[in-house]
Amino acid sequence: MEAQGIFDTLKGKFGDAVVELQGEGCNPAFVVVAHASVKEIARFLRDDPALSFDSLMCLSGVDYKDKFAVAYHLHSLAHRHAIGVKAFLPREAPSLPTVDDVWPAANFHEREAFDLFGIVFEGSKDLRRILLPEDWEGHPLRKDYKYPDFYHGIKV
Amino acid sequence: MVGNADLFVNWARKSSLWYLLFATACCGIELMQAGASRYDMDRFGAVFRATPRQADLLLVAGTITHKMAERVKRLYDQMPEPKYVIAMGSCANTGGPFYKDSYCVVKGVDLLIPVDVYIPGCPPRPEALIDGIMSLQKIIMKKKNVYGAKKA
Repeated sequence: MEAQGIFDTLKGKFGDAVVELQGEGCNPAFVVVAHASVKEIARFLRDDPALSFDSLMCLSGVDYKDKFAVAYHLHSLAHRHAIGVKAFLPREAPSLPTVDDVWPAANFHEREAFDLFGIVFEGSKDLRRILLPEDWEGHPLRKDYKYPDFYHGIKV
Repeated sequence: MVGNADLFVNWARKSSLWYLLFATACCGIELMQAGASRYDMDRFGAVFRATPRQADLLLVAGTITHKMAERVKRLYDQMPEPKYVIAMGSCANTGGPFYKDSYCVVKGVDLLIPVDVYIPGCPPRPEALIDGIMSLQKIIMKKKNVYGAKKA
């Protein structure tokens, strides 16, 4: 199915929770969705026989300075089509529902986004830092991150 | 007579530089190659050990992050005296390509532990590593263990 068809299917099912289709001509194009409905949309994308997105290729955090975003890259092995799903988050207290019970692979990606951007995934089965040490302060890939001078007495 | 004792001890030490298997990045591939049959570091008495308690030489082969830094320090502390350190490659020397604008990489392993020999390269070829080992052997041969040794 083409990106426009996937968008129309989602729009018909979820209405206002599906905002717009971005980046037509890109591969894949992006469906922008409301961040509170991410889990229902994810489950529908996986379970609907016409869509059957069984593979979460990538889950990334993005910092746009005035807001955050979480981008999901999905691929269907059965239908050989792909789509991006993007949810924008407010800069203050960014949080959205986890999708690790839809695609278990999401857990490591969500931990990475939490570690480096401070995005909280509500209901996650295991949300800890994954790359940085447990006692690291701050989230380094945020645009306003200030480097510490020392970490455990070693100059950074 | 005392000078000859130093010579003997140093000769024994330089001829059995057992190094700790410790590789954190691509330098580790060159380290494996240097230890394998083509370059054959065994010729210099340098064989790998899988535990710091049997090692004389810590070859820091690769990038050291702040998360890894404490482990490096602990491994170094677990090695018996006398112990030597070679910083292999740009990352271990200075932080290398991560020197500017990295929050997670230690800018040189000499911030953690004393280093005897620095080997430049990204990564250094096995020849460069063997040259580093031979430089360390020359340093060891100049050590004063019996006559004029510093009391710890």
